[in-house]
Amino acid sequence: MTEMANSFRNQPDDQGHFGDYGGRYVAETLMPLVLDLEREYRAAQADPAFKAQFDDLLEHYVGRPSPMYFAERLTESLRADAQKGSGAQVWFKRDELNHTGAHKINNCIGQILLAIRMGKTRIIAETGAGQHGVATATVCARFGLPCVIYMGATDVARQQPNVFRMKLLGAEVIPVTSGSATLKDAMNEGLRDWVANVHDTFYIIGTAAGPHPYPEMVRDFQSIIGIEARAQMLSRVGRLPDLLVACIGGGSNALGLFHPFLDDPEVKMLGVEAAGHGLDKAHAASLTGGAPGVLHGNKTYLLQDEDGQITEGHSISAGLDYPGIGPEHAWLKENGRVEYTSVTDDEALEGFQLLCRTEGIIPALEPSHAIAAVAKVAKTMPGDAIILANLCGRGDKDIFTVAEALGVEI
Amino acid sequence: MTRLSNAFTKPALVCFVTAGDGDTAANLDALVEGGADLIELGMPFTDPMADGPAIQEANIRSLAKGTTTANIFAIATAFRARHPDTPLVLMGYANPMIRRGPQWFADQCETAGVDGVICVDIPPEEDAALGPFLRAKGIDPIRLATPTTDAARLPQVLKGSGGFLYYVSVAGITGKQQAAMDSIEEAVARLKASTDLPVAVGFGVRTPEQAAAIAKVADGVVVGSALVELVAKHGEDAPAALRELTSALAQAVHSAR
Ligand SMILES: Cc1ncc(COP(=O)(O)O)c(C=O)c1O
Repeated sequence: MTEMANSFRNQPDDQGHFGDYGGRYVAETLMPLVLDLEREYRAAQADPAFKAQFDDLLEHYVGRPSPMYFAERLTESLRADAQKGSGAQVWFKRDELNHTGAHKINNCIGQILLAIRMGKTRIIAETGAGQHGVATATVCARFGLPCVIYMGATDVARQQPNVFRMKLLGAEVIPVTSGSATLKDAMNEGLRDWVANVHDTFYIIGTAAGPHPYPEMVRDFQSIIGIEARAQMLSRVGRLPDLLVACIGGGSNALGLFHPFLDDPEVKMLGVEAAGHGLDKAHAASLTGGAPGVLHGNKTYLLQDEDGQITEGHSISAGLDYPGIGPEHAWLKENGRVEYTSVTDDEALEGFQLLCRTEGIIPALEPSHAIAAVAKVAKTMPGDAIILANLCGRGDKDIFTVAEALGVEI
Repeated sequence: MTRLSNAFTKPALVCFVTAGDGDTAANLDALVEGGADLIELGMPFTDPMADGPAIQEANIRSLAKGTTTANIFAIATAFRARHPDTPLVLMGYANPMIRRGPQWFADQCETAGVDGVICVDIPPEEDAALGPFLRAKGIDPIRLATPTTDAARLPQVLKGSGGFLYYVSVAGITGKQQAAMDSIEEAVARLKASTDLPVAVGFGVRTPEQAAAIAKVADGVVVGSALVELVAKHGEDAPAALRELTSALAQAVHSAR
């Protein structure tokens, strides 16, 4: 445990374990592949040319660094309800301005470069809301690789604009009807494709979950968010923020922001899960309302029944509607470094509208959960405190869902 | 000799059905009457990532009827009472097995008279999650070897495994696709050179002809999806159809060498 006291940034161990969590719970057919992937990833990490190409694409193709923005009117409006002298400054890391409209592209750039390095000629991915599917289809078009996206039939129906985007980008979108026909089933189908096409196929997983090395690798590719934010804070404000806030589906945008700050003890962190209709009803808060188990290659917190059958999550945000969570979050919860909370559909809808009206920014429903949590916590903090929240996606994809929830016909 | 090793003194027919799908007790009796040497009882799971449509649907049918882990152990316990000599192994995924802790699961297996456990998503690297608890009770953790398991990796797969070695003859999911006979022969020879465990071959075996060809070179032949499809088709009336296919398969396997 002494090692852990020294750093929160040295996980996982060489078997891919974050404490009790993570690991490589995959069928034997896939085991040699994930071992191979780990070897190639280590080689890429040690290769300056790989990093140079990654950085170049992030700058000129994705549009990084993303701005860090002081949300002055939001801050003032939250202070209106706070006691005099209270109400923290709210800042946003603007990853919604990335090419394709979310943080997902950061990871896809990293993984496709790795796929090419490994000589793979076919890309597969799973998607829920379609943001990771769009980001994957985008990098496949950019590098000329065939792309197959698995998407639950239920999600295909509720995310038509993203389905069409993926098709425009040349991807084949396969609706998954097995199981409950949502994100977890799309991931099952991705794994089934992968075992049957091990020789030529690379699986681009969209969040910091799955068998080792995916959770570590996705976190590393997304860490550009926190690395930039840390430098931007120091140069703009001259100090680190007091609190970081991010929404959590599988946990990649949150880890991307948090990880570079984990060893700064003065920086507190809050991860926000989707409480859906409420924690006592249908929700997608695996850490708050789930229990440890094994799914999709890793040990982590899962929504499940007493027999270990996986139960369906629910969130108004398709991107948070997953019954698991990346294993590093399970570890960060247990050691207490990060605090976790949850926000309901209704609260997220309020956060969504609040940001639209106060800042002229239409956020995705996923970070709307983070905004709702910020709105609650900002007023309890002193006026000179700084909150930095991850605005990890824009809301164009969500306007139909929001209109329906607000009872508006468009 | 254990019940499991006993089953492989001649070429063995290994039959898989999903627990809680159809009248499972009657289905298992039909397999034994048809001549199955070893039973693999599938534990249904909501997310059977390594299975093709036939077994996925069997899982869904079973869970839709409300099958619980307690029901599965009750099926196994009753089977053991009716068939004291036929080895029974449980096959499934990690999460339902470790949900109440690996010790609980190993205890239940012992009480029910289960001889071995095949856990699809616990590779040797994660053995600590279940393997030691099974071995302490004398229950064999049965491992899978696949076309992607190379010579360098094989010793790790064999270490700590027991019962028999399950050779998955295709890189893929359970179901219809089938490996070429010469690649199976070569793989089995390679595996047998490295282990004294019997080697059973499965995935994509459907007909007595295929089973006979495999039984010429391997210690056992595993048939799953073809049986499960009969349960899908005939429902509660599946036993007669299962008995018929099993006896054709058993005849082919037992007279192969
Ligand atoms: C904008 C946005 N934010 C967040 C998520 C959730 O994923 P993660 O928790 O990995 O960041 C998604 C997933 O689709 C998303 O599209």
